[in-house]
Amino acid sequence: MSSYRIHGATGEWEVVIGLEVHAQVASSAKLFSGAATAFGAEPNTQVSLVDAAMPGMLPVPNRLCLVQAVRTGMALEARINPWSRFDRKNYFYPDLPQGYQISQLYHPIVGEGEIEILVDEKDEGSAKRVGIERIHLEQDAGKLMHDQHPNFSYVDLNRSGVALMEIVSRPDMRSPEEAGAYVRKLRSILRYVGSCDGNMEQGSMRADVNVSVRKPGGALGTRTETKNVNSVRFIMAAIEYEANRQVEMLESGGRIVQETRLFDPDKSETRSLRSKEEAHDYRYFPDPDLLPVELDEAFLADCRASLPELPDAKRRRYEQALGLPAYNASVLTAEVETARWFEALLTDLGVHGSPATPSSPEQELARRASNWVISDLFGALNRLGRTIEDSPVGPAQGAELLRLIADGTLSGTLGKQVFEIMLETGQDPARIVEERGLRQTSDTGAIETAIAEVMAANPDKVAEYRSGKDKLFGFFVGQVMKAMQGKANPQVVNELLKKALG
Amino acid sequence: MTSLTDLGIAQIRDGVRGGAFSAREVAEAYVAAVEKGRALNAFTVETPDHALAAADAADAARTSGDLKPLSGVPLGIKDLFATKGVPTTAGSRILTGFRPPYESTVSANLFAAGAGMLGKLNMDEFAMGSSNETSAWGPVISPWRRRDGGNAALTPGGSSGGSATAVAARLAPGVTGTDTGGSIRQPAAFTGIAGVKPTYGRCSRWGIVAFASSLDQAGPMARDVRDCAILLAAMAGFDPKDSTSLDLKVPKWEANLSSDIRGRRIGIPREYRIDGVPAEIDRVWEQGIQRMRDAGAEIVQVSLPHTKYALPTYYIIAPAEASSNLARYDGVRYGRRVQPAQGGLTDMYEATRAEGFGAEVKRRIMIGTYVLSAGFYDAYFNQAQKVRALIARDFERVWESCDLILTPTAPSAAFALGDKANDPIAMYLNDVFAVPASLAGLPAISVPAGLDDQGLPLGLQLVGRALDEQGVLDAALALEERAGFTARAEAWW
Amino acid sequence: MSVDAATVRHIARLARIAVSDAEVEALAPELNNILGWIEQLQEVDVAGVEPMNAVIPNHLRLRDDMVTDGGIRDDVLANAPAAEHGFFAVPKVIE
Ligand SMILES: [Mg+2]
Ligand SMILES: [Zn+2]
Repeated sequence: MSSYRIHGATGEWEVVIGLEVHAQVASSAKLFSGAATAFGAEPNTQVSLVDAAMPGMLPVPNRLCLVQAVRTGMALEARINPWSRFDRKNYFYPDLPQGYQISQLYHPIVGEGEIEILVDEKDEGSAKRVGIERIHLEQDAGKLMHDQHPNFSYVDLNRSGVALMEIVSRPDMRSPEEAGAYVRKLRSILRYVGSCDGNMEQGSMRADVNVSVRKPGGALGTRTETKNVNSVRFIMAAIEYEANRQVEMLESGGRIVQETRLFDPDKSETRSLRSKEEAHDYRYFPDPDLLPVELDEAFLADCRASLPELPDAKRRRYEQALGLPAYNASVLTAEVETARWFEALLTDLGVHGSPATPSSPEQELARRASNWVISDLFGALNRLGRTIEDSPVGPAQGAELLRLIADGTLSGTLGKQVFEIMLETGQDPARIVEERGLRQTSDTGAIETAIAEVMAANPDKVAEYRSGKDKLFGFFVGQVMKAMQGKANPQVVNELLKKALG
Repeated sequence: MTSLTDLGIAQIRDGVRGGAFSAREVAEAYVAAVEKGRALNAFTVETPDHALAAADAADAARTSGDLKPLSGVPLGIKDLFATKGVPTTAGSRILTGFRPPYESTVSANLFAAGAGMLGKLNMDEFAMGSSNETSAWGPVISPWRRRDGGNAALTPGGSSGGSATAVAARLAPGVTGTDTGGSIRQPAAFTGIAGVKPTYGRCSRWGIVAFASSLDQAGPMARDVRDCAILLAAMAGFDPKDSTSLDLKVPKWEANLSSDIRGRRIGIPREYRIDGVPAEIDRVWEQGIQRMRDAGAEIVQVSLPHTKYALPTYYIIAPAEASSNLARYDGVRYGRRVQPAQGGLTDMYEATRAEGFGAEVKRRIMIGTYVLSAGFYDAYFNQAQKVRALIARDFERVWESCDLILTPTAPSAAFALGDKANDPIAMYLNDVFAVPASLAGLPAISVPAGLDDQGLPLGLQLVGRALDEQGVLDAALALEERAGFTARAEAWW
Repeated sequence: MSVDAATVRHIARLARIAVSDAEVEALAPELNNILGWIEQLQEVDVAGVEPMNAVIPNHLRLRDDMVTDGGIRDDVLANAPAAEHGFFAVPKVIE
């Protein structure tokens, strides 16, 4: 794996990246109130008196949010802290009604863990481990709108108090690609666990990107923090821009200021947030409205028992038990919905997830199924602009199609034809084969008749072929298949043609 | 016949039940007393309609035979409790015009028990004060006057000063108070009434404007111990909306009330004998000790070694919590907004809070902000929380040798308005005896125990183990019976 | 340590309270006085003492994840000094 370097005037520079990902906890109600968390509601309709910080209102924690943070920690093989506590982070802003955010500074619910990423999903050698420093729970802020009125900003508190997990990585990443792979992998794990929907467009996941540069192997440089970047592409672009800016700054004799920056997606650059630069002093202290969080064994056992098979384990199983190529296994496990769809397909095909003997018919079927999903199904979905969750063809129909191909009812070509019709009509493949007569034929009599007709119609080509122009064989196959309306078994056509052409 | 406003809670409840008078008559008498007592500035809002409606409901309930524990009892509610649709200001200009769309759990409990509300009671701004002089609505005046004839307006104490004056001047048979570091007990002592600060977590804090969350507790103030027991039972109870509320059944304090304290061990902490306390305080304390002994209790000398650190500990923790709790008063969602011309958001925040908060509140916010600010957290806040743990541990150890602690409630009788207004620390020292129990979350009561040379009431405090309100009430009853405190302020208003 | 005028201004800024020069002048000695008084806590030996976490031993109670609140916009906005179109309105924030 070649390392990512910025080539400056004074030589090469290494980039050091750490990410703080804010992931919205998948819960119906907020962290400390019973108001809803659903996206897109009318302003201030999902606000309780607690969220609006009315005098005398008190927080009561939502159990599910604690469960989700713990399950996420377990999925990242992190240390779960049986004793944690909520702290107040104090600052004034109109999107923060209490004047403080309830967060966890001193004793987070989850401690150190680790994520394994594949920087290049086609290259097992690109694997790398990124350390997790901590996960803590905290409240989201409300939303400010600046463009509705000439003199006012508007405040919507619907998001105020929604539970977030802040997942803090170690500064272990060294390139935009590694950061991208980290976020994709983290998102995948969160979605497997079900602790966050991973919807970056709706702001369910966003990252604070910490970047510094140094001469390879040198001491860590001063970092900047680019706040609230909300797509993998933007995160990578922000790193790219920020790293180059820092190198230029340092090489021209400047100094990096530890500061908060903002990413501008239109210009693909970061900008200093000077307006917020005044001395921050958050005056954290334990929230006296809340008692410490003490997790007992039963709570932890329940969390552990509810964890699904995670992407890495699944990928290994696909490779080892199902005999899938590494690339296929990686692609099929990257998203929980894909894996779910693929496993439903396997179940319908009668292939089970338990270890089979190498190159058994089951493994062969699984391998073909995986190829079909990756090339045919993904290709079609791409074309239709759909996700696997709203695929017009379900796993049961896919299995039926694959079975028709496996038992010779359909040739590969016919299979593709039937699949297209399935996509268009939503009909079952067997019915399509039946109604449209698309069954592949191995009837030697019919094929021989067609061959005879083709040869009779093309005496000159026959002569050329026989005089050594082997390339023409393909032409004859094509003509025969055409005469058979594509339904002839291609192997039988090949055999009989060879015989007839001598 | 005695006036209806001479009747306390138990007498009103029993009289309405027995048909001696109607709840309507009681409510009307008290509504008239409230109007007549306006010179005392005890109420910020009068709500006669609320009291009269509850009285009518009580009279109807009597006819239909389903009277509730407080049917027919009109109460005053400290302005720190959010009352639905009724202005709630916490004594602060910054909450001008605020009408909560919700009812605090404690006031809701009282209304559900059949009580009516005569009005909201004046108080020190955000409960920060010991003389009621920090109220944005002017000081409350004590009904008591010195014998010297000078007629200096005296403080009823604070922060529950409106509450104390209302009870002492017979404007209400009982009221709610809140106690963060003595705000029920010190005014009770100053005005010759009884007041209970229950165990932290007994009464829900939901809907009470927060001052210092780890210390704030609501409690009753009334003319005697029995009335306090009745009121407390209606106020207390588990509330799932308050994470620090105790999930326990409310004991039958009144039914179990007994002044038979034979064999009870009463601890006298040596650290509470401090320099500069008037001899009369010591005298009343000694009398109290003798009365306990007369009642069959065993007197034990005990030590609470960290007592002298309680007040400075309190003046770190309470302002720190307050600086954060009061951040929500920012002119955005409720209350007062001051927008300087051409000013931006920060100017609005700073002007709103500068004009909305009074001097003492600002002082405490500044102290709290300072002790939490970068570099000072460990030296101040964390150190204070450790000393607080030591103070709580002192009590734990003392409970091995005694069941209750008897001390003076305050180091002086009521002082004149203005006397201490310019010396914050002298003002803070008012609560020197009250604060340790607050820091440890323990139940405590102040009962009237005698008069000083000027004829002003003095109170004694009893502190008990966590959750032992019964023990505290019983011993207080024994003291009350033996003290025979009958003095009351002459109506001059 | 002693609180000077600059510190008073800094603290007032953190607390978002406007202070005039005269107020700063008055506040500095006042705060010094109080802070000097609470300084005595430093003499307490707290070795091995855990800071207090819960006043009365109690367990944190948790809520079930159910929507039980919200949908009360009128109540939420009723006391606002400025509200428009279902929003709170604040002086324009320039970011
Ligand atoms: Mg951050
Ligand atoms: Zn965060």
